[in-house]
Amino acid sequence: MKETVKIKSKKLNVFYGEKKALSNINLEIPERKVTSLIGPSGCGKSTFLRCLNRMNDSIEICKVEGQIFVDEQNIYEKNLDPVLLRARIGMVFQKPNPFPKSIFENVAYGPKIHGLANSGDELNNLVEVSLKKAGLYDEVKDRIDEPGTSLSGGQQQRLCIARAIAVSPEVILMDEPCSALDPIATAKIEELIDELSKNYTIVIVTHSMQQAARVSNQTAFFHMGSLIEVGKTEDVFSMPKEKKTQDYITGKIG
Amino acid sequence: MGFWSFLIIFCFLSFYIHWYGTTKALKINEDITKGSKLPSLPSYYGTYSLLWLLLPSSIILICWFFFKPYIIDIFLKESIPLNLVDNFKGNPSMLIDTIKATNPEKIFPGTNPLIIDSAAYYQTLTTNSDSYVFLLVLVVGLISSLVSLRKVSTFFRARQAVEKANINLLIFCSVIAIITTIGIVFSLIFEAVRFFERVPFFDFLFGLAWSPQTAIREDQIASQGSFGAIPIFTGTLLITLVAMAVAIPVGLLSAIYLAEYARPTVRKTFKPILEILAGVPTVVYGFFAAITVGPFLKDFVSSLGLSMASESALAAGGVMGIMIIPFISSLSDDVITSVPTSLRDGSYAMGATKSETIKKVILPAALPGIVGAILLAISRAIGETMIVVMAAGIAANLTANPLEAVTTVTVQIVTLLVGDQEFDSAKTLAAFALGITLFFVTLLLNLYALKIVQKYRERYE
Ligand SMILES: Nc1ncnc2c1ncn2[C@@H]1O[C@H](COP(=O)(O)OP(=O)(O)OP(=O)(O)O)[C@@H](O)[C@H]1O
Ligand SMILES: [Mg+2]
Repeated sequence: MKETVKIKSKKLNVFYGEKKALSNINLEIPERKVTSLIGPSGCGKSTFLRCLNRMNDSIEICKVEGQIFVDEQNIYEKNLDPVLLRARIGMVFQKPNPFPKSIFENVAYGPKIHGLANSGDELNNLVEVSLKKAGLYDEVKDRIDEPGTSLSGGQQQRLCIARAIAVSPEVILMDEPCSALDPIATAKIEELIDELSKNYTIVIVTHSMQQAARVSNQTAFFHMGSLIEVGKTEDVFSMPKEKKTQDYITGKIG
Repeated sequence: MGFWSFLIIFCFLSFYIHWYGTTKALKINEDITKGSKLPSLPSYYGTYSLLWLLLPSSIILICWFFFKPYIIDIFLKESIPLNLVDNFKGNPSMLIDTIKATNPEKIFPGTNPLIIDSAAYYQTLTTNSDSYVFLLVLVVGLISSLVSLRKVSTFFRARQAVEKANINLLIFCSVIAIITTIGIVFSLIFEAVRFFERVPFFDFLFGLAWSPQTAIREDQIASQGSFGAIPIFTGTLLITLVAMAVAIPVGLLSAIYLAEYARPTVRKTFKPILEILAGVPTVVYGFFAAITVGPFLKDFVSSLGLSMASESALAAGGVMGIMIIPFISSLSDDVITSVPTSLRDGSYAMGATKSETIKKVILPAALPGIVGAILLAISRAIGETMIVVMAAGIAANLTANPLEAVTTVTVQIVTLLVGDQEFDSAKTLAAFALGITLFFVTLLLNLYALKIVQKYRERYE
């Protein structure tokens, strides 16, 4: 079976002011698969990820050249509304960032601003389903009106995932979602990623080679702003084609 | 010994003691037979002995400063000849005051020679006693610092001792600040209690009429005066409300603009300008209100077919609001910009627009801080005097109509205390009762505001 390509970047160059952060990135991200981005610190993984939902727009000095296609549509086209794009492409950040609102309001935030629920019941239902999908429902069902910030770090991160999936995005971008979490919370999130990949296209940035190997189907290795190698995760880890990739996964550079 | 010679000797002594302590420590360090060196640097031993010079000296001087009048009075009383006391018309304390007020070099003709003698004695007493005390200070200081130097040994850590002394000095200074404040409050309370002996507490707090003119002389024909503070409280409330109605929306919206929409260069220019506005003396705002805004509003309102006094709560409150804008906008701007970027990013990543993000995430997150800023601004408005004196008048009207003249607590305090006063009339004491009320209201507002601001800080730190 041939994989459908969900996102495709073409000749992508990104600059921060004068400084080139990404050069000539051509990468295809398959639909309903997990793609992990690995590479040493500062190589441009986060920059690439933030290009995919145009979060870089809010950084004034950031300039993007080239094209990124989501479902064959160039998202850097002039008349594309980044706000609508972001509703289709959710994002989970490195540090859990629940809003200072109740758990319920956190999850209901997206559906409310996009008018996804027509009634209170529908909204309740949507929140419940999202929390269930994020594997958080059983832990918080009795304290749904308490502030989201009162949860533990791992729970907060799953709350952020629930918040992201509440608007039924097609893609979920995750930037080192487990770097602030302990191994048990990490294991839970990894399980969740596995589960979510049945329905969503997931792109995850990670510093942990083990994590990339465990959760992803495809791995892309970045180095100093360039895409060095991309391929099936097993292939990249067991027989990398490039010397740099080999050096990185064996710990020689990083 | 005069004051200046004392000061010079004291400075020399200080330098000498510091130097002496340091050299003594250096010598011990050089003395190899002792085996080990001192645990602190030599200069710390100098500082340590200097502290033992300063501490007893300052204690003696401070005590002398406070008790000198009493001690001198005792000596003076002893010395006054009995027949002078008998001949003097008036009570003994007045005699003492007369003696103190007499200058033996410039006497009025016909002054009792016994009084002149006593006055001369009083003068020598004052100067001599100062000399003795200065001498005492030098001797005691010298002895105590020399004694302290005996402690210098390899077991004594002067550095820690100096550190401790530093901390105590800091504590002492902050305690002075606190004690002064408490002193002010107590003097307010004390005077206010005297007022409430004349005017019942509840008449003051709930009375509806305020006309504080009491008869100054027994035979004067004047009203009894009534001290119902309600018209003043409502006047204050009315002006504060008008001021807030101007300051809150304008201040808050400009803060949102500055924090969220303005380019960094615009923000960098506008914020200091706003903060300078906060530093304009209130008198300037006052005449702006009285001369420009008041008449303008009056013309405008009468063109609408309403009547308006030339002094009005609207003009005063409006200008006060303008004065407070920078206060609210600057604080709110700080609060809004300190909402973490991660929250903004979180909201944008959900597909929210900028204004949705501001309304639903940033403002709720910043709300406690903004409320704190508003409460501080309110207590500022309540305490404001000059603008109200100039633009709202001094007539205590019980009204909720901002077009009429009203008066505020602070303005009444000023009018009660300006001009000829008799210090125990109810009229004068009323100022203290108003003052203490004002103090407690603003204190509560500030405490509440601080608590809210603190809570807000805790949430993100
Ligand atoms: N807002 C910014 N302004 C200027 N330069 C930036 C900005 N963000 C990133 N950069 C630069 O772009 C390059 C790539 O940064 P990026 O954050 O994408 O790296 P990364 O691979 O995510 O690193 P890490 O693993 O440490 O998160 C870095 O050299 C960084 O200094
Ligand atoms: Mg990164």
